[in-house]
Amino acid sequence: MKELVIVSGKGGTGKTSISAALACLAPQKVMVDCDVDAANFHLVSGATIKETHVFTAGFQPHIDEQVCTHCGKCTDLCRFGAITAGVITTPLNCEGCGVCAFNCPEHAIAMQEKQAGHWFISDTRFGCLIHAELGLAVENSGKLVSKVRQEAKKIAAAEHLPLIITDGPPGIGCPAIAALSGTALALAVVEPSLSSMHDLARLADLVAHFQLPIAVCINKSTLHPENTEQIRTWCHSKDIPIFGQIPYSDTFRSAIQAGKTVLEVSVGDVTEELTGLWQNIASRLNIPQNDSRLDLLRRKFNIFR
Amino acid sequence: MLISIASGKGGTGKTTLALLLAAAHSQITLIDCDVEEPNCHLFLQPKWQGPGQDITIMVPRIDSDRCNGCGACSAVCLFSAIAISGKSALLFDELCHSCGGCLLACQQNAIYEEQKIIGTLMTGTAAAQPGIHLVNGTLKVGTPSAVPLIKRMKQESSQLTGDILLDCPPGTSCSMVTAVKNSDFCILVTEPTPFGKHDLELAMNITHLLQIPTGVVINKSDAAGDENMEAFCTSRQIPVLAKIPHSLSFARQYAAGCIPADFQSIAATIWQQLKAERSAKA
Repeated sequence: MKELVIVSGKGGTGKTSISAALACLAPQKVMVDCDVDAANFHLVSGATIKETHVFTAGFQPHIDEQVCTHCGKCTDLCRFGAITAGVITTPLNCEGCGVCAFNCPEHAIAMQEKQAGHWFISDTRFGCLIHAELGLAVENSGKLVSKVRQEAKKIAAAEHLPLIITDGPPGIGCPAIAALSGTALALAVVEPSLSSMHDLARLADLVAHFQLPIAVCINKSTLHPENTEQIRTWCHSKDIPIFGQIPYSDTFRSAIQAGKTVLEVSVGDVTEELTGLWQNIASRLNIPQNDSRLDLLRRKFNIFR
Repeated sequence: MLISIASGKGGTGKTTLALLLAAAHSQITLIDCDVEEPNCHLFLQPKWQGPGQDITIMVPRIDSDRCNGCGACSAVCLFSAIAISGKSALLFDELCHSCGGCLLACQQNAIYEEQKIIGTLMTGTAAAQPGIHLVNGTLKVGTPSAVPLIKRMKQESSQLTGDILLDCPPGTSCSMVTAVKNSDFCILVTEPTPFGKHDLELAMNITHLLQIPTGVVINKSDAAGDENMEAFCTSRQIPVLAKIPHSLSFARQYAAGCIPADFQSIAATIWQQLKAERSAKA
């Protein structure tokens, strides 16, 4: 199975809209939303949660009041300013390193596993979606990204699905790194704004750092034709293929309002460009563009789908 | 007054609003906390003061002559940043939180700390608006955690007096929390769509947890979604400070790296409300 991840660097360039459109076009796939701290894919795919799982990651200190002598050793050793003489004064500063627990002369502190969010398996109009919700102000977004990817791979393997479509997080930090590592293709969605172009260059550096294949989709291309031209020239100079160029359209916004993908509310330019984008991706990843008759039959009779 | 500008969803207009508010102020510091993808400098074209300062974190290193492979360091590392292989320890810097736990655990004194560069901090003054002082952090590509860099930027500015704007990273995870934490007021920028609303709610939960007074600015505002969004803000008892209309011509100017002057009155309205908030606090 191949993993396609849709990323952007800058937020709001259209990752989720384009991921959803691709999910609508691809015949056999599992979908994953790796933007675990601001997930939106379920809002445009009509998701119904089938399974909810607790995600635990990291640790938090628990202090035994009976044993603690408030000696203050933990205060001295904690580099994050989270604890004062056996009292967790600023829990949000605590990174769960356990230095207080391991070095407490009275052994008054125990490290407990921490609940860090939930992940879900949902049914959508386009098939199975794995998504998540990070706990309130907790760390470990990168680990949760890895978790949802791992679950999606299991499902894809069990059902012999050739493709995983991953809606990635913005930025180039741990969640983006966790979403990108080892994928078959990173599709970078860029808009012709100076901000997005600047952010694409940093994203491309990150992708090169991990030696992953990358392709670009220019979204809202008609917003600023000169910048669009500049992106094309830049991609050419970097040997990065451009798989799609989608004109600016208010349909994207009305589709989100309606809880649908852009393909379900529009015909014309946008649909044509998105179909072209999907064809380029499918041939690059060497996976079927449409359902064959055999696949259709197999899917029809597969009660576990 | 320390004012953070955050959003949950990316691309709703945090940087735009930060720049609008900065331009309407006579003397202000703008800290670009979106260190993964900093953009304020593209609009301000600042005159940088000096070449910038490398920001480092401390990471452990092993003295292989002293290490006997006992595994005490690996056993206490809750981030799995140390693995034992034969008679030596392997380090994974990307996973390290610089807690110093391994140093304390090692009985052989075989672990020492070294500085590792995670990014650069630069300051400058906006070319066209000398009243705007920009603090810009850039995370080194490949570095997983932005948190130490954001912390340092906020520390550097803790001596400053006067109004400070923080342009925060998107999302609601640790970098956003680090950026928003300890601010006197948080402005959440949203767009009136189901995406905007969903992520706004997550961001509101964070500012509520941090006990930071919060207001909302609806960007790309239009008749279709505003009513719903305003009702939602009312239900959460969070004021809508202003609305910035959905405009293609504005999007074009933004694309070219300009912030249009048309919206000065909006910035003035927001400042009025922020000042009221400040005097209420004092």
